[in-house]
Amino acid sequence: MSRRIGSILIRAIITLLMVAVLNFVLFRVIPGDPASLLLSGARTSVTAEQMAAQRQNWGLDRPLFPDQMVDYLSATLQGDFGYSFKFRGRHVADLILERLPATIVLVGLAQLIAILCGVMLGLYAGWRRGGAGDHIATGASLALYSTPAFWLGMILVVIFSTALGWLPGYGAHSPGAITSSLDWLLDYLGHLALPVTAVALGLIGQYVVVARAAMSDVVTEDYMVTARAKGLTGGQMLMRHALRNAMLPVVTLITLNLGYVVAGAITVEAVFAWPGIGGLTVEALNARDYPVLQGIFLLLGASIVVANLIADLAYGLLDPRVR
Amino acid sequence: MTNPSQDKTPLLEVDELAVDYGLKGVSSRAIDCVSFALRAGEAVGLVGESGSGKTTTAMAIAGLLSPNARVSSGEVRYRGNRLPIDDDAAMRPHRWSETSVVFQGAMNALNPVHRILKQIAEPCMLKLRMSRSEATARARELLELVGIPADRGAAYPHELSGGMRQRVMIAMALACRPSIVIGDEPTTALDVITQAQILKLLGELRSQLNLALILITHDLSVVAEACDRVMIMYSGRIVEDGTVAEIFAQPKHPYTRLLIESIPNPASGKKMIRPIPGDPPNLVNRPSGCAFHPRCPSAMAVCATEVPSLDKFGQGHVACHLHRFSQKDRVAAHA
Ligand SMILES: Nc1ncnc2c1ncn2[C@@H]1O[C@H](COP(=O)(O)OP(=O)(O)OP(=O)(O)O)[C@@H](O)[C@H]1O
Ligand code: SF4
Ligand SMILES: [Mg+2]
Repeated sequence: MSRRIGSILIRAIITLLMVAVLNFVLFRVIPGDPASLLLSGARTSVTAEQMAAQRQNWGLDRPLFPDQMVDYLSATLQGDFGYSFKFRGRHVADLILERLPATIVLVGLAQLIAILCGVMLGLYAGWRRGGAGDHIATGASLALYSTPAFWLGMILVVIFSTALGWLPGYGAHSPGAITSSLDWLLDYLGHLALPVTAVALGLIGQYVVVARAAMSDVVTEDYMVTARAKGLTGGQMLMRHALRNAMLPVVTLITLNLGYVVAGAITVEAVFAWPGIGGLTVEALNARDYPVLQGIFLLLGASIVVANLIADLAYGLLDPRVR
Repeated sequence: MTNPSQDKTPLLEVDELAVDYGLKGVSSRAIDCVSFALRAGEAVGLVGESGSGKTTTAMAIAGLLSPNARVSSGEVRYRGNRLPIDDDAAMRPHRWSETSVVFQGAMNALNPVHRILKQIAEPCMLKLRMSRSEATARARELLELVGIPADRGAAYPHELSGGMRQRVMIAMALACRPSIVIGDEPTTALDVITQAQILKLLGELRSQLNLALILITHDLSVVAEACDRVMIMYSGRIVEDGTVAEIFAQPKHPYTRLLIESIPNPASGKKMIRPIPGDPPNLVNRPSGCAFHPRCPSAMAVCATEVPSLDKFGQGHVACHLHRFSQKDRVAAHA
């Protein structure tokens, strides 16, 4: 058991290192000299000396490999992700940390709702395979699965915000003074409702499809025939024999999806002007703010590696065959 | 209990049983006119080609027919009482308490995520209403009974060999002290030595616990080793039954004869299995009359039109026109 965990950990560390190296290489091969990008905002024409000074100042005159890469890796290890181009002088790490809570609330809540509804619906559909409930659940979730989340978001805004005026469709807070913290919370939840719904609807189909497939595989397994032969009731067969086996692929999907919680929902955040990582990504892309993008990519890569790590460990706990 | 007349009443009676399967709106008959009786402590082999209806017969007896199966006629009686074999919920109390099943060894009949002790203890808790500790103690006893050290109970199924898994399956089948155990090809996926060990174990347990055993196989040598009686199935019907000694010495049905001849016998220099010529019939296009007539070396005109009934013959029964007519009648039928 400990040997398996050891090899999982080593693999995760190697992957993280590769993510960091790839992140370094990726942003060096993008066309455009960082020094001229830095000076591109200057009104007067830039002299060659100014350029050279900038290059020396930022260490760009040194060879890419190994000097710059080692610098990058050691700075990254110390939590120094550099400075933003767009928000001059601000640390990339600060910018990301500032936006992270909004994204974690949005995507985390949406994941929670999608997992609860989607997994139960999918397990039910798989257990009652071929029934009316199965057809409805499967059809609806396939439709949701194939619909882009931002489009769902726009529909929600048109209906509930523009036409009915029930819920706000823009930002995280209403402009103007908020008096009590209860008012603040209600206002925040109101702003959260539509984007959370859009993200959750986009995710739910995936859980239904996977949970249904897992459960309908399990009900045809031989050990379910044994359970029936032993005189178990349908409920006992489900709870004692089917559920745990059907949850194996579902748990893997859930933990893998946890990795995307910090990445944000780029398109939905853009539709709702949600102040999260997704919004920051769009802003950084538009401004060619490479250091910020680099930081976001690193965060995304790291969280996916960590999610994989958790998925591997969780699977080992649930399935004795891989211990 | 020692009353000899009581010993005569069969434990299980199957009477003119017919089961249909519905598939995509088409219904086809899997077994037809299946009749036999089983006495307490008796071991009966059920032999036939793939698709001849062995599993369907067994599952009907155990009340485990699949949802698309329909009992279209006949009945099954257990200790004289009709079993509600087409009512899933009503059969539940009967299952495992009276009739248990040892499934094929290659199958994934044990749940991969539970320890074997827990799986053996489960029916003790649910059906015998034992406490967890009582059930665990019973499960440990059962493991020892089938020759597995009780401490191995903490293992998961994938940690055991095929033979061990099948022993666990047998231990599980004995949990509620059933009077009938059905083995559906219990030794098929095992190597020859393990196969012999499992058959020996089943035989010992049978006499020790006075179990009635229905052993499904397509291997006649298994039957010769482990059974008192044998029933031969062909295309959904029992075509011959009788004592093992009788049937091996004097098979009456041409199909039985060919089956016995096809067993490899090193003593007579016959090493290869000689398959019976022709194709097994399929459910949808079952031949008219005697379903065996397209492959039967003794087929007569009447065989293609009339289904032979299963009639008493000697100690057993046979369903073949050859044995329904006296010698004189047969000449007439040929003419
Ligand atoms: N659930 C089902 N639905 C439809 N047809 C079925 C079903 N189960 C069995 N059959 C058909 O019924 C016939 C008898 O099958 P059965 O499983 O009883 O045969 P068998 O003698 O046990 O064969 P084998 O040696 O292959 O196990 C076969 O033609 C099979 O295809
Ligand atoms: S009834 Fe006719 S075809 Fe069938 S086994 Fe007997 S002789 Fe052969
Ligand atoms: Mg079978």
